[in-house]
Amino acid sequence: MIRPHDSIIVQTLGRFVIPVVQIFGLYVLFFGQYGPGGGFVGGVILGAGMILSVLIFGHDASRSQVARNVLHGDGVGMMIYAGVGGLCMIGGGEFLNYANLEIPGLETASRRSLGIVLTQIGVALDVTVTAVSIVFSLSAEEIIEDSING
Amino acid sequence: MIFSYEIPLILLTLATAAGAIWVKDLISSVLLLGTYSFFLSLVWAWLGAVDVAFVEAVVGAGLATVLFLLTLFKTDPKDTRLRRPPPSLATLIVFPLLGVLLLYAASDLPEFGDPNSPASVHISPTYLERSYQDTHTPNVVTSVLMDYRSLDTMVETVVIFASGIACALLLRRKEK
Repeated sequence: MIRPHDSIIVQTLGRFVIPVVQIFGLYVLFFGQYGPGGGFVGGVILGAGMILSVLIFGHDASRSQVARNVLHGDGVGMMIYAGVGGLCMIGGGEFLNYANLEIPGLETASRRSLGIVLTQIGVALDVTVTAVSIVFSLSAEEIIEDSING
Repeated sequence: MIFSYEIPLILLTLATAAGAIWVKDLISSVLLLGTYSFFLSLVWAWLGAVDVAFVEAVVGAGLATVLFLLTLFKTDPKDTRLRRPPPSLATLIVFPLLGVLLLYAASDLPEFGDPNSPASVHISPTYLERSYQDTHTPNVVTSVLMDYRSLDTMVETVVIFASGIACALLLRRKEK
């Protein structure tokens, strides 16, 4: 369990900074095709924003449904990535050959571009969830103590 | 160039790396490691690898430091001081020899930015020429990572997935 931080300066600053960090993470994620960045970095920045909010505003990891189920997102990220590959196979091509995504009205290069965006979202989701889940795991002290006492 | 910043940069990188090893307090060591990552990311940016620099700055200086600190706060405060034995004689002989050997081998490497080096003539020109037509992605690094070498990136994602699961299994021992 992580308690909320006592200082009002930290809390006020957190309210201001965390949205900026999240927006920047999304920007890095979707700007990865045009400049430095991409799924991995964007995911880490998004995860860092969430970790910051957990550290500032506190989180009761032992009782929260989110903390218990956050790891499911890991599988969802993998499923997005591998699912795009599977869709390419359904479209009649090789695994992860985005040119075979069955989307009408798009030329080959744009299909590849779309495939890159989708797989980057998968990577970002995976990285974010892993980072947040490790922090929750490190703060899950109460669970062990409860089970020893009871 | 008015002010050459490369020499101070490399000196700072070496100094922070040595400091992270030498310092006795583990929390100071973690913070020095974060500083080292930040200077290393500046070195990557200097070498032109902006994507790598970005990852190094965000993961090395940001996320890894936070995770290390959380781990230190969870462990017993007594453990945060290290007691190290002095290095053995074999260490003092073998590691300088290894360094000399690596420096000797490094003299055979191609010049930095050499257009005729194997890395620059094999397949990189094809990627650079065809990346935009093939994928409509101006950033060649992204198109290589996510399209030409997508399967490799998928297996890297599997590694992250596995590490997340392993951390959860090891750290959350029991749930009711």
